[in-house]
Amino acid sequence: MTDHLIEVDRLTKRFPVHSGLLRRQTGAVQAVNEVSLTIRRGETLGLVGESGCGKSTLGRLIIRLIEATSGSVLFDGQNLTQASRDDLSKLRRRMQIIFQDPYSSLDPRTPVGNSVAEGLKVHGSSETSEQHKQVGQILERVGLQRAHAQRFPHEFSGGQRQRIGIARALVLQPDFVVCDEPVSALDVSVQAQVLNLLRELQRDLGLTLLFISHNLAVVEHLSDRVAVMYLGEIVELTDRDTLYQDARHPYTQALLSAVPVPDPMRRGKQTILQGDVPSPLNPPSGCKFHPRCPVARKTCLSTAPELRDIDGSGQHQVSCHTVNT
Amino acid sequence: MMSLKGAADSLSDGIDEQWLQTKPISLWKTTLRRLLRRKTGIVGLILIGFMMTMAIGAPAFAPYDPEQVLIGKEKVRKREAPCIHLLGCPSERPQHLMGIDGNFRDQLSRVIYGARVSLSIGFTTVLFAFFGGTILGAIAAYWGGWLDNLIMRIMDVILGFPSLLLAIAIVAVLGPGIRNALFAISIVTLPAYARVMRASVLSIKEMDYVAASQALGASRLRILLTRIVPNALTPIVVLSTLGIASAILDAAGLSFLGLGAQPPTPEWGTMLGAERNQVFSAPHLVFFPGLAIMLTVLGFNLLGDGLRDALDPRLNH
Repeated sequence: MTDHLIEVDRLTKRFPVHSGLLRRQTGAVQAVNEVSLTIRRGETLGLVGESGCGKSTLGRLIIRLIEATSGSVLFDGQNLTQASRDDLSKLRRRMQIIFQDPYSSLDPRTPVGNSVAEGLKVHGSSETSEQHKQVGQILERVGLQRAHAQRFPHEFSGGQRQRIGIARALVLQPDFVVCDEPVSALDVSVQAQVLNLLRELQRDLGLTLLFISHNLAVVEHLSDRVAVMYLGEIVELTDRDTLYQDARHPYTQALLSAVPVPDPMRRGKQTILQGDVPSPLNPPSGCKFHPRCPVARKTCLSTAPELRDIDGSGQHQVSCHTVNT
Repeated sequence: MMSLKGAADSLSDGIDEQWLQTKPISLWKTTLRRLLRRKTGIVGLILIGFMMTMAIGAPAFAPYDPEQVLIGKEKVRKREAPCIHLLGCPSERPQHLMGIDGNFRDQLSRVIYGARVSLSIGFTTVLFAFFGGTILGAIAAYWGGWLDNLIMRIMDVILGFPSLLLAIAIVAVLGPGIRNALFAISIVTLPAYARVMRASVLSIKEMDYVAASQALGASRLRILLTRIVPNALTPIVVLSTLGIASAILDAAGLSFLGLGAQPPTPEWGTMLGAERNQVFSAPHLVFFPGLAIMLTVLGFNLLGDGLRDALDPRLNH
């Protein structure tokens, strides 16, 4: 038994683009490009990046909600990308996902108790009365009441719905949960409640989390390690404290400097990125970040940098030519 | 401070419990309530309710057997002069409120019994088109690829013909009769249902709750049947209520042309067709079947409009 629950190896996803009268494939969106990372048992890996950088796609690829174009995912030593239908359905019990939008993540025509119980029904692990009991327990665990099981999603607030989504993900007692921006659609006050709930649940149930967010503060609050994504690639991956104090990739530095600091005297060293994120249909040559990079060199235009260790311990990986080891 | 907190707690507890005691409100119940709040919906429901009562209680309401020829009985005589009068010729009143048709049958009884035929045609064709369209559209959208192309191109071909002409062609091949007319109308209306279903399945299958079911390990068929189809039904339900109206009209049209219900079946279209030469001498014989068709169609159209408003997700609050 390794201490790595998830091992992602050169995972790639391209979405083909069809156009014209004959719907011929005219290009492909590089949503995720050769991403490799590992997630340790029991840790929270934060995944940050701008909208459209492929972080949600990566999350869904890892639990095989969408099929990868190439690359592989090992889940607890088992190859998930090659798993047969039966094996996959067994593995599904052990990994779950919490969605961003609490309004589209619950079936509006199903009482929430049935939504939560679906996993139990699919895996046929227990009798109906036992299922009711389990649903009641998990609802109480996420801060709702047993009787709420009969109600419909439209009778709940956004925060409550997100709790229901969490209950649905946890009722099968999974090992690994992908949290796909679980709080970004909620009010700030409710965000804190949901984050604390997630943290508590992780501690009590020993969950391993992949926490996807564009909110650096939220990621800092929750993560053990953080990966930064830009245009489908991981540009920096290290533990939380190192990232927030000693970010090495110019993109990470720019992201961090954009976080507002509630101190008017501490202005100054702010790197503001020029331009927009380039189109993933037609990404820039070499290092994908070079058109916006303040420290780009000649090599950056032609050669793509690889993600490499910079301090020899394997704890801090950066993909940039300008960073010295 | 403590007491204040305690008071707040007990207050919120009270609210919570009260809230829990109210019954959960399902979406269909909300829809019905919203439908009844609108005048169009109510008028539609009343019209349809009236027609349904007539259809179900026809033996009780109709004074005569609709197919009984009354000549030789009750001093019914051949009409000699034109009688232009709304409620039938004076000589035929009061026992024949809508007069006597060309074959000496009681028109009122025939109009009442006609509700049975027309409503059952409307419901059966729409039922067939509804299920056929739902299945075809859902399969096309959910499985996609070549199957989608095959199904939808066949639907496009059917849509390429003017609907009544295609129905006439189908009846011409199969032979006239109510059952064949029913089949023809179902085939002709099927593509609209398949298209609507396909469009709504395409949008529903991208929803997060579908992905959630997938992540829970549900099979594709289970997801389709328990998550996608129930949520994709709203537009096709609206289309169906409107579709009953057009199915009744189409059936009446086919019967008028002599391709649908055959005499002596009391069908409104057939009745119109049989008495069309009497328009100037006895207009009431075409007026009442026509009025019956119009009211039924109007009823279903109003109900459809009301349903569309009531099911509109943008008005959810």
